[in-house]
Amino acid sequence: MSTILEAKNINKYFRKPVLFHVLKDINFKVNKGEFVSIMGKSGCGKSTLLYVLSTMDTDYEGELYLNNKLITQESREKLSYIRNKHIGFVFQFHYLLSEFSVLENVMLPAKKLGIKTFQEIEYDSMQKLKDLNIENLAKKRASRISGGEKQRVAIARALINNPSIIMGDEPMGNLDSYNSENVFNIFKQLSDEQGLSLLIVTHDEDFAKRTDRIITMEDGRIIY
Amino acid sequence: MINWKVILSIAKTHLLTKIKQTSIAALGVTFGIGAYITLVSFMTGLNGMLDDLILNRTPHIHVYNEIEPSKKQPIAIYDKFKNSFNVVHSIKPKLSQKKIHNALPIIHYLNEDDNVRGALPQIKAQIFYIAGSIELGGNLTGINVLDEAKFFNLKDYIIKGSPEDLENNNNGIILGIGVANKMSLDIGDRVQISTIKGAIFPLKIVGLYQSGIADIDDVQSFSNLATVQRILGEAENYITDINIKLHNIDLALPMSKKIEQQFKLTAVDINTANAQFETGTSIRNLITYTVSITLLIVAGFGIYNILNMLIYEKMNDIAILKATGFSGKDVQLIFMSQAMIIGVIGGILGLLLGLGLSNFIDTIPFETEALPTIKTFPVNFNPWFYLIGITFAMISTFFAGYLPSQKAKKIDPVKIIRGQ
Repeated sequence: MSTILEAKNINKYFRKPVLFHVLKDINFKVNKGEFVSIMGKSGCGKSTLLYVLSTMDTDYEGELYLNNKLITQESREKLSYIRNKHIGFVFQFHYLLSEFSVLENVMLPAKKLGIKTFQEIEYDSMQKLKDLNIENLAKKRASRISGGEKQRVAIARALINNPSIIMGDEPMGNLDSYNSENVFNIFKQLSDEQGLSLLIVTHDEDFAKRTDRIITMEDGRIIY
Repeated sequence: MINWKVILSIAKTHLLTKIKQTSIAALGVTFGIGAYITLVSFMTGLNGMLDDLILNRTPHIHVYNEIEPSKKQPIAIYDKFKNSFNVVHSIKPKLSQKKIHNALPIIHYLNEDDNVRGALPQIKAQIFYIAGSIELGGNLTGINVLDEAKFFNLKDYIIKGSPEDLENNNNGIILGIGVANKMSLDIGDRVQISTIKGAIFPLKIVGLYQSGIADIDDVQSFSNLATVQRILGEAENYITDINIKLHNIDLALPMSKKIEQQFKLTAVDINTANAQFETGTSIRNLITYTVSITLLIVAGFGIYNILNMLIYEKMNDIAILKATGFSGKDVQLIFMSQAMIIGVIGGILGLLLGLGLSNFIDTIPFETEALPTIKTFPVNFNPWFYLIGITFAMISTFFAGYLPSQKAKKIDPVKIIRGQ
C-alpha cells in the first residue's frame, strides 16, 4: 500500500501573544484509499496540524512528504501548484466565490491548472456535479443555494483536479444530520470506489467511528 | 505559469458585480484625463495663437544697416595721440547709406544655405499719404509679395484683396486699414503717395492690410519692390532690409552672429528681439501641467481607495483562491488587472471626453481685431497630448492598484479561514 502523505517530526510554535508549543513531534502516514479522521478537544492543535499538512501554513519544523516527495521548503509558487493539483479542500464554512455560478466555482481550480481545454473542464465539472446529485444547480449563483448544497459544491470543487488527497476541516460542522449523513456517504463512496485518501478533522465521535482510522490528539501530541 | 484567461475572467466578474464602484473609479480617471486633454489643448492653442501673433510675421533674423556712431573715432587711429587721454564731444552717427551694399549677391548666398528656408529682400521707405491738403505720415515697404505670403503668412493679414493682385499690378499698393479708414478709401480707389523728396505718385489700392496692432495699421502699406525702387528713384539693387526665415529657429542666434561678422551688417535674431515670449509660453505650460497632474493624482487616490475597499470585501474570496491553488502573485495580478482595466476604460473615455470638450471649445466664437483669420477659440489637437494622457492614466492606475494588490498578495489564507 503506497503512502500518500507523511509527516515526520512536525513541531510548530505560536509566537504571539506568548511563545506556545502547539504541535509536538507529530509523526504519521496516510495511505492510498485510506479514510482517516483526526479527533481531539478544541485547542488541541488538530486544525493547526491540518493547515500545516495543507501546505498553506509553512511556519513549522520537521518534514512533510506528499507522494513520497519532500515538500517542506518548497517555494510558495510551487506549493500553490501542489495545492492546486494534489490537494482538495472542504472547509467548515462553505467557502464558495459568491459572485460566481456553481459551475464556475467548480471549474476554477481546473482552469488555474490549465491542463484540459475549456470544454473538457466544463464536461468534467458537470460530471462531478452529477455524481453529487446537484447538476440542477449548475447555473445558479453560489450565494443563492442552501448550506448542504454549498458543501456538496465545495466537495465537487475539491475533486475537480482528481487530487491525491482530500482534506476537510470539520466539513459537517454546521450541517444538519440529514446533510451531514449525505456528505459522509459521499466521502465514504469516494474512498471505497475511487481509492481517494481522505483526512478529515472532526469532533463528531459517531462520524469518526465510521472512518478507517482515527487519530486522536491531545495538547499538541498524537496519543494513539 | 500565469493563466491570464482565468485571472482576467475573475477580475471581470469582480468589476461587473460591483459595477457602481467600478464606474465611479473609472469616472474619476475619465474626468482627470478629460480635464487634462481639454486644458492642455486649449492652453497650448492659446499659446500658439499668442506666439503666432508675433512670431509668424517676424523674421528669424533681420538684417539691416544700423545708423550708429563709429565705434572707433578717427582720433583713436591717429598715432600721435595714442598715449593721451582723448575726449570727443557731440559725436554724430556715421554717414552711411541705408541700403545694404551688394544686397542681391548676399540674398543669393543666403538662399543657397541649407539652414535657410528663405531670405527675402525688403525696402523700407518713409512716405506721406496725400488726401487733398492733408498729408499723413507713413511707411511704405517694398516686398516680394508672393514670397512674403509664403514665408511670413502675409496673406492672413490681407483682409481684402490678395497678394496675387499686388504681384500683377505695377502700380498697386496694399494699404493699412487705419490709413484706408481715415481717408475713406477702399479697393479700386487711388491714393497719392509723396516721398520725402517731394515726388508724387498715384497708386491703385489692390488690398487692405490689418495686423491687429493699430499703430502699425495707421501707417503701414506694402507695394512691390520694383514700384518702391521707382518711387524712390533708386536702382534695382537698392535693398534696405533682408528678412531670413530658418528651418530651425534655434540656429537664429549663431547664424545672426555669423552674418554680422561676414557682411559687417546688423543682424538681430528673433529670440533677442522677443525674449519675453519664451518666458510667457513656458510659464503658461507649467501652470497647465501642474493643474492636470493634480487632477490625475486625485483620480489615482480614488482608485486606490476603491480597490482597498474591494480587497477588504473580498478577503474570503482571496483565501479560497489561495487555498485552491492560486498563488499570491495570481491574486495580485487579479487586483492589478482590475486597476488597469479601470485605468484603460476610464482613460479612453477621458480622451473622448477631452476630444469632445476641445471640439466644443473650438466652435465657440472668438473674434479679435488682432487676428483677422481667427473666428473661434484656438485649440491645439496635438496627438501627443492624447498619448501622454493615456500613458499617465495607465501609470497612475498602476500605482493606485499596486499597493492594495500587494496587500492582497500577502494575505494569509489560514488566518482568514480559521478566523470564521
